[in-house]
Amino acid sequence: MKIEHVEGKKAGKLMLYALSTCIWCKKTKQLLTDLGVEYDYTFVDLLQGPEKDETMKIVEKWNPECSFPTLVVNDSQCIVGFKEKEIKEALKL
Amino acid sequence: MSEENQISQREIGLEYERYKREAESSGYHLNPDVAFTRGLIDGLLVNERRYGYRSCPCRLASGKKDEDLDIICPCDYRDPDVMEYGACYCALYVSQKVLDGTQQLTSIPERRPPPALRKKAAAEPGTAKIGTLPLPVWRCKVCGYLCARDGPPEICPICKAKKERFERFI
Ligand code: SF4
Repeated sequence: MKIEHVEGKKAGKLMLYALSTCIWCKKTKQLLTDLGVEYDYTFVDLLQGPEKDETMKIVEKWNPECSFPTLVVNDSQCIVGFKEKEIKEALKL
Repeated sequence: MSEENQISQREIGLEYERYKREAESSGYHLNPDVAFTRGLIDGLLVNERRYGYRSCPCRLASGKKDEDLDIICPCDYRDPDVMEYGACYCALYVSQKVLDGTQQLTSIPERRPPPALRKKAAAEPGTAKIGTLPLPVWRCKVCGYLCARDGPPEICPICKAKKERFERFI
């Protein structure tokens, strides 16, 4: 899976599954960037073949609706959609 | 986003105008946040280049048209979402209340069934019979336009009559 890394202050392990065309995903990504936290992301719509399927299996495990953005926090909590308040709470910011 | 799918600002602008015209002339409203809406139109055009059809920018397309028909914009879920949440899933289309600023936009839950349920639904034959219709039918008292959905549209897409001019028909 092609994972991009964004440097920042450590607020836990953050993995964002997003679509490159989705404005709500863009807003979520921007929020993390504005908060200045370290996070990883991947644009699932830019993946191909088995890589895309494998990634979607992971997304489905966290979010059976398979919708975006799906943000996984510390391998234990999943936030679906652009939910500013919930994200800040999960990051204890 | 890969370079070959870059859409020019000019193209986005032209499509924006077209979407706006078509929406307004059939009783729908585009999100008044122009930068946001142009971003979605950009996504629709990228998807058209990528898949050959304008699938929803906020959903993952399979790339197989017959599996993606329900999410080709405007998707099957637009009207119920505009009615219930004041906007479609992407918030490209909004309700009059959102347009007027009397209703706030929130994150909209996904109405599209998950992949396994979609496959199941596609395999099952339709069961609609008169009297056991899955949805009520609404009739515009002004022009006779009929539609089967949870509630009447805000404005009749044919004659532009308002919601209150609709009656429950079946
Ligand atoms: S959610 Fe909105 S933008 Fe997305 S396909 Fe449906 S109508 Fe189009």
